[in-house]
Amino acid sequence: MEPIPAPSIDLVSLAPVLVLTVFGIMVLVTDLFIGKNKSALVFISLTGLLMAAISSLAKYDLPVYSFNGAYIVDHLSVFFTFIFCISSALAILVSIDFNQREGIKVGEYYSLILFCTVGMVLLASSTDMIMIFLGIEIVSICLYVLAGIRRNDPKSNEAALKYFLLGAFATGFLLYGMALIYGTTGSTKLTIIAEMIREGSVRSEPLMLMGVVLLIIGFGFKVASVPFHMWAPDVYQGAPTPVTAFMAVGPKAATLAAFFRVFAETMPEISPSWGILLYILSVLSMFIGNLGAIMQTNIKRLLAFSSVAHVGYLLIAIIAKNSLGSASLMFYMLAYAFMIFGAFGIVILIGRKGDENLEIENYSGLAYKHPILALSMTIFLLSLGGLPPLAGFVAKFYIFSAALKEGFVVLVILAVLNSAISFYYYLKVVVYMYMKEPIKEFNITLSPMTLFVVAIALFGTLHLGIFPGPIIALAQY
Amino acid sequence: MELLIFYPLAGLCVIFALGVVFNKNPIGSAMSLIAMMLGLAGIFVLQQAHFIAILQIIIYAGAIMVLFMFVIMLLNLKGDDAVWKKREKNTLLTVLTGLLIAGVLYKVLEITSAGEFDSPAHVLETFGTVREVGTILFTEFVLPFEVASILLLVAMIGAVVLAKSKVD
Repeated sequence: MEPIPAPSIDLVSLAPVLVLTVFGIMVLVTDLFIGKNKSALVFISLTGLLMAAISSLAKYDLPVYSFNGAYIVDHLSVFFTFIFCISSALAILVSIDFNQREGIKVGEYYSLILFCTVGMVLLASSTDMIMIFLGIEIVSICLYVLAGIRRNDPKSNEAALKYFLLGAFATGFLLYGMALIYGTTGSTKLTIIAEMIREGSVRSEPLMLMGVVLLIIGFGFKVASVPFHMWAPDVYQGAPTPVTAFMAVGPKAATLAAFFRVFAETMPEISPSWGILLYILSVLSMFIGNLGAIMQTNIKRLLAFSSVAHVGYLLIAIIAKNSLGSASLMFYMLAYAFMIFGAFGIVILIGRKGDENLEIENYSGLAYKHPILALSMTIFLLSLGGLPPLAGFVAKFYIFSAALKEGFVVLVILAVLNSAISFYYYLKVVVYMYMKEPIKEFNITLSPMTLFVVAIALFGTLHLGIFPGPIIALAQY
Repeated sequence: MELLIFYPLAGLCVIFALGVVFNKNPIGSAMSLIAMMLGLAGIFVLQQAHFIAILQIIIYAGAIMVLFMFVIMLLNLKGDDAVWKKREKNTLLTVLTGLLIAGVLYKVLEITSAGEFDSPAHVLETFGTVREVGTILFTEFVLPFEVASILLLVAMIGAVVLAKSKVD
């Protein structure tokens, strides 16, 4: 019997994944020995994220394919790895005081965030459908558990169960779509699928098209686009606030990166068939997200609906399917990370133990008591709406120009119209903060770590808005 | 010849799958599921995938079904369907959903019957053997194979976090 040939293994391109996995396990093991005080775990996790971000730069001549074309280190994946590390670090920082206040003493919390980041990095760097599936599953399972980590809170349990059941259901669609595409092209590698499509023989194969539709359903659920968004408000509301912020940024960015790779990069030739579906998804997400947000009285549900609307804008970048589209996707997600962590940071600060003050009317008169907090919240919300000169405006601007370059004028007009609608509910919160009398005494503990996150987010939102040049140049590289 | 074996097997699979749905008794449902899995394993053998067939029996019909049985017996589910009667029946909705699904099925049938399936796939001599599956797992798919272990680790941590007895 001849021996089995050794596989080609390129550990250097896997470096961020390896670093994060090792640190994730280290957090688990350390947790056994340190007793009640979990601050050492925070330190280890942050070190891991920093080292992962640095190690993602290990490859120079991008793009590098490895593992028989299952894994790629290219510009998109490195940039996204940085976004993941930043957003996970912010999530951990914002959790420190929150977990202490709410009595979440689970050490696995931090290792789950690290493992979730592993999944996100894999997702953004995969060029094989099996890898994309595994990445999505790692991310999702971590999120199911994180959403339900407050086990004595029924809302948290509800969020976890709903998310889990619907997520498992959506995974079925995703996997079925992948199986059909594998069936028609004979490969799970995106490069080979792209080649087959370019040749043209499988272009009008009905099974291929059905696979594409099922993939859109699966991905659409994972990024919470209409009509697969029904889970988002409940899960966002029920999950602990830092987890909500975490799942609104990193996992969404990772899934969108994979979405972009599978659709815009692999099958641009059959874009008439999937483009129209994504077009409908995008328009529906924007309208239903924004109109749904107007009716909300809970700030977390409001931000959940607004994130549905933001997915609508982000899908435009995939529909545009050009290089400007991928660059604008990167920039948008970076800007979105800062805005979301800033806004949720303030939401965390306003709450206290036993009373999270999540109703919008609880924000009445915040400007009199804590003018700086109110001002920061205003900046984050207006940036989410897309007011110049804040980060959200520049991000939207680049997405829209990517779409205009491909001639999607109507889509851009609808998106701009939606940005205008979104100001209604963002400004509603601002009006409450500045123009209403407080309905009850604010009892805010200004916890330093959360304030630090808000400060970073504020800096990011303003800096990306006023000096977007260097980051845009990096994204377009 | 192949079809002579395939159709009875496939028919049994469908019958037992229906049994899973229509059986009032949860244990009966689970038993039908096992029978369905065995039928599927037979179909795998027919496709020259012996290794997958064995795995199907060991993992699904064996391990996973034992787990199902444990859960059913621990929860002490009885045959009565009192739990399921809480929701009011909505005939209009039922009919509409049925029509929708019938429409989807019809479309699927139309699409799949239009596709060309008569050319048999080109398959190597060694296809489906343990050695071949192992070689592919450790060469071409070594990364997914290893990443799957992270996935399992995460699932395990998650299960422990959510299910451990002390709530803190």
